[in-house]
Amino acid sequence: MRRGTLLIIPALLAGCDGRHNWLASAGAEAQRVEELFWVLLLGAAVIWGLVIGAAVYAHRRQVDPSLETQARRFILWGGAVFPTVIVGALLVWGLVILRDITADEGDLTVRVDGERWWWRVIYETPEGDVVTANEIRLPVDRTALFRLTADDVIHSFWVPALGGKMDMIPGRETTLALTPIQTGNWGGLCAEYCGGAHALMRFDAIVMEQDAFDTWLAAQAAPAQIAGDDRGFEIFQEEGCGACHTIRGTDAQGPVGPDLTHLAAREKLGAGIYDMTPETMARWITDTHEMKPDIDMPPYPDLQGDRLDRLVAFLMSLD
Amino acid sequence: MTDEIDLSRLPPPEPYDEARDTAQRKRLMEAWREPPGWKIVTAVNNSYIGKWYLLTSFGFFVFAGILALMIRAQLAVPGNDLFSQQLYNQLFTLHGTAMMFLFAVPIFEAVAIIILPEILGARDLPFPRLSAFGFWCFVIGGIFVCGSIFFGVAPDGGWFMYTPLSSDPAYSGLGTDIWLLGLSFIEVSSIAAAVELIVGVLKSRPPGMRLNLMPLYCWYVLVVAGMILFAFPPLIAGDLLLEMERAFGWAFFDPDRGGDPLLWQHLFWIFGHPEVYIIFLPSIALIATMLPTFAGRPMVGHSWIVLSAVGVAFLSFGLWVHHMFTTGLPEISLSFFSAASEAVAVPTGIQIFCFIATMLVSKVRPSVPMLFAGGALAIFVFGGLTGVMVALVPFDWQAHDSYFIVAHLHYTLIGGMLFPLFAGIHYWYPFVTQKNLNARAGKWSFWLMFGGFNVAFLPMHWTGIMGMPRRVWTYDLSDGWAVLNMVSTIGAFVFAAGFAVLALNVLWPRGKAPLVKRNLWNAGTMEWAAEVPDKPWGVRSIPYIHTRYPLWEQEGLVDQIDRGEWFLPDAEEGKRELIVTDILDARPLFVQRVGGPSFLTLGAAFCLGAVFILATFHLWAITLIFGAGFIGFTLWWLWTGTSLIPEKPEKYAGRGLTLPTYAQGNRSPGWWAVFITMTGDMTAFMGLVFSYFFYWTALPDFLPSSAHLPGFGWLMLGLALLIGAWAMTTAARETLGHGQRGLAMVLLIGALPMGALGIGAWCWSAYSKGLDPTVQSFDAMVWMLILWMGLHLLLNWVMHLYVAARVKFGHCTPEYRADLMNLTLFSHFLALTAVTIFALLALFPLLMGVGP
Repeated sequence: MRRGTLLIIPALLAGCDGRHNWLASAGAEAQRVEELFWVLLLGAAVIWGLVIGAAVYAHRRQVDPSLETQARRFILWGGAVFPTVIVGALLVWGLVILRDITADEGDLTVRVDGERWWWRVIYETPEGDVVTANEIRLPVDRTALFRLTADDVIHSFWVPALGGKMDMIPGRETTLALTPIQTGNWGGLCAEYCGGAHALMRFDAIVMEQDAFDTWLAAQAAPAQIAGDDRGFEIFQEEGCGACHTIRGTDAQGPVGPDLTHLAAREKLGAGIYDMTPETMARWITDTHEMKPDIDMPPYPDLQGDRLDRLVAFLMSLD
Repeated sequence: MTDEIDLSRLPPPEPYDEARDTAQRKRLMEAWREPPGWKIVTAVNNSYIGKWYLLTSFGFFVFAGILALMIRAQLAVPGNDLFSQQLYNQLFTLHGTAMMFLFAVPIFEAVAIIILPEILGARDLPFPRLSAFGFWCFVIGGIFVCGSIFFGVAPDGGWFMYTPLSSDPAYSGLGTDIWLLGLSFIEVSSIAAAVELIVGVLKSRPPGMRLNLMPLYCWYVLVVAGMILFAFPPLIAGDLLLEMERAFGWAFFDPDRGGDPLLWQHLFWIFGHPEVYIIFLPSIALIATMLPTFAGRPMVGHSWIVLSAVGVAFLSFGLWVHHMFTTGLPEISLSFFSAASEAVAVPTGIQIFCFIATMLVSKVRPSVPMLFAGGALAIFVFGGLTGVMVALVPFDWQAHDSYFIVAHLHYTLIGGMLFPLFAGIHYWYPFVTQKNLNARAGKWSFWLMFGGFNVAFLPMHWTGIMGMPRRVWTYDLSDGWAVLNMVSTIGAFVFAAGFAVLALNVLWPRGKAPLVKRNLWNAGTMEWAAEVPDKPWGVRSIPYIHTRYPLWEQEGLVDQIDRGEWFLPDAEEGKRELIVTDILDARPLFVQRVGGPSFLTLGAAFCLGAVFILATFHLWAITLIFGAGFIGFTLWWLWTGTSLIPEKPEKYAGRGLTLPTYAQGNRSPGWWAVFITMTGDMTAFMGLVFSYFFYWTALPDFLPSSAHLPGFGWLMLGLALLIGAWAMTTAARETLGHGQRGLAMVLLIGALPMGALGIGAWCWSAYSKGLDPTVQSFDAMVWMLILWMGLHLLLNWVMHLYVAARVKFGHCTPEYRADLMNLTLFSHFLALTAVTIFALLALFPLLMGVGP
């Protein structure tokens, strides 16, 4: 609580940060829903006003039993015909939008696999798969088709600013098309409760210009550049990190945890929850379960001093 | 006889005689008196059970409400560390679970148990001991589920327990088992109450109250109890599959073994969506009952409302998939379920407009109940409108699982259920206690709750639009959700303060306050005919009803009732008696004697509770002992309390009406109870059939090759034997009817080995082909169906032995053989189940070309 109490004042000022806002107009699909939303909101306000107004009027006016026939007509028109017309029209409009925002293919294909509680991200390129984690970069004005899977429990892939969400279900593959139209760093979240650290299963969705994206993807495709005698890498291997994590271009080929080949190139640590700094990295290694409770990665509290510094320095060099 | 009696031309009542009146009242009092002191726990009368049910449900409401306040405290500020992730996950799971299963549904049953018999002018519901049994099951199960949080093992999988999070023991612990078994237990009590209420509405109406004269409240009860009957069983089937996977590793939801996690979502929401209307309609029923009172005139559009309620009930079973719009379903399914979801707006709209129309043609007296009803309307209409939004697939893709949904569902449930309920509390409090609530405190509680609610939940829509997903225990300042959450938290605490005022008002001791006058609201429905102070028998004599609002439209009715001028004004034999009428026209059929106070129901509930609780901890041996105890108590209860041969075949009920004192077959409530229970049972079975076909459509290679199918010949043989057993039971009914007691007993006992061989052949058909339920979903499904049959057969055997013993000891005779008729009815359903299973396991693969 103490941490929170101090933060309440800046919180009041920071109320309008739009990283996860559906109404940020950052994606073509989100924009379609946004149009729908404003119409729905306006319509709902009008209808609510009419119904409540009718109730108040009915309550206030003087009794006139001759109104009974009119009252029945009122039920028919207000209770049956009017809602039928309105929801019928909305239904058609909704289905038209649905057809528009779904797609079978995109300009690029990204496979995302939901894990407890992080995201395995695989870009499909002509040269082969490019593996990364917890950060998705997309070129602006291109439709990305996400192929979504999970192999432990159900998760749901959601970048509110870009568009709707889609569940990731073990044993199935679902797809979602997103077309970003604004560059920026948009927030991504797991929307389906997946146990334990569900709240801390985040990612960054960074929308870039095509050129910058191409450069980034090429860099991601390359193996890590590590000096042969990097002491940090030796510690990494001695501590057994490579059993779970992969660093392409080295012996570390563990398939369990996130791929660390270009770890330091990501903006966030721990699946979109901490800034990528040497300090958070060090704490992540020693106080893992304070940083993110329940996760599979064991903490390394005994790793201290120089050994920790070197390991952190090594990890921060993976860009 | 009854069929010839013209109720509208009954002979005049006997002249009033004070001495006779006093004597009759004394005898009635004797028959309906409740046990003194601590023995009151053995009471079964609806006014006691109903009150306890109500208070217990509100106890769970307060518990779940405190959990909600803890949730709000945690979310008040970003980065809060007030509660741990682990505890928070338990908090919201238990909040939803307790509100849904331990408050919203039970409170409907509680209110119905209190007022339904009185609205019907009946002395009690047809199965008072069943109500008591259901109540005690509810208490035990509820405490078990809620108590888990004090040991840190509360369920933490979210209230809809999605698989594989809940099915794989690697991801979820004991809490999930507590949830599954504890709630299955409570579902049993919900279904018991549903059976009771359906039979109550259909068979316990006063003479003359044809279906079209039935008060709106009763219509809603009938509709909702029917919905419970069809909605809860699929969840029980799902619970069974899930617990079999958790406890024994059967392959139902694990995709690696041919299972499918989405099956659970279907089974859950086939229950879960009707559940919303199961919660909502009873509260609308309260408004539909109160509004005419305050308007001083009958409801405009009575039939419209009835049809709309039925329409909502039907539609509600066809839109469960709108909870699954983001699971990657094909566009055609999305369109269909989106349309069905939107369609529900129409019957709901009609009901609301009927209320407004009634207000339009009358002068509504202002009152605290109407204040709450007005608040309900304002909130619910808003929730309905956001419901129209989220029923649109593209919008739902954004809103789903965000705080927008949290806001929406609280608007519909609190507006649609809680506020009408509070209105009802203010309206019926004088009926239950003969004292009045403080109106000033009532207004205070209303405005605090109405204001607090909107402050808490209106901003939540925006929190959702700002992208906050539900069920997160913490968030970061940079997410931009801090201010909105703080506002919501403040609102939640104001709401809680409002509820505290209401609770104080209700619980305030009013020992010395004056009694209210009789029918203080000047209502038209029968429950207000009750005397002040009230009497345990309900109505002094059971009247002939020929109007919808008898207290308005039947002049002098209350006096006639009081003077004992109507039916059953006396309890000559010292028995608790009700009049059972026929379903359509409410012609009196017979006088039913119902059970009085008993410890047997308590014992049965306790043992059954122990079975579910011990099974959670896999303590199988003690579980079996308590299982035997449950069967023992139940048989004792049935033996001493049901289908008793009356001391005389008929009795005089007053006003020239002589009625039989025994009924069997479809004239008896017991037969209807079996029929309705078995309909629910078949619905659960249909949940399994649905699962079978779901696998078949979802998984291309669900059906194995013919070498791996259960043996056709053995299945055939098994079916023949099972049908043979059924034929023997049916033949027993006929032979007993012809007076051949010995032969009937032989047939009853003979049906046991016949059935045993049948189920044995089925087990062999699967076992001999090496079907292993832990390996493949098909195998698990086959064994599940056989297990289902086997469990029912076991129950059927107990019933056969019971009925054979009844015949042997002369309690079931050629003239009085209700027990055997009920057993036969049960067996018909079993035969249908057997044929269906055979069709699934033997014929369907054949049809698909993979047969022998």
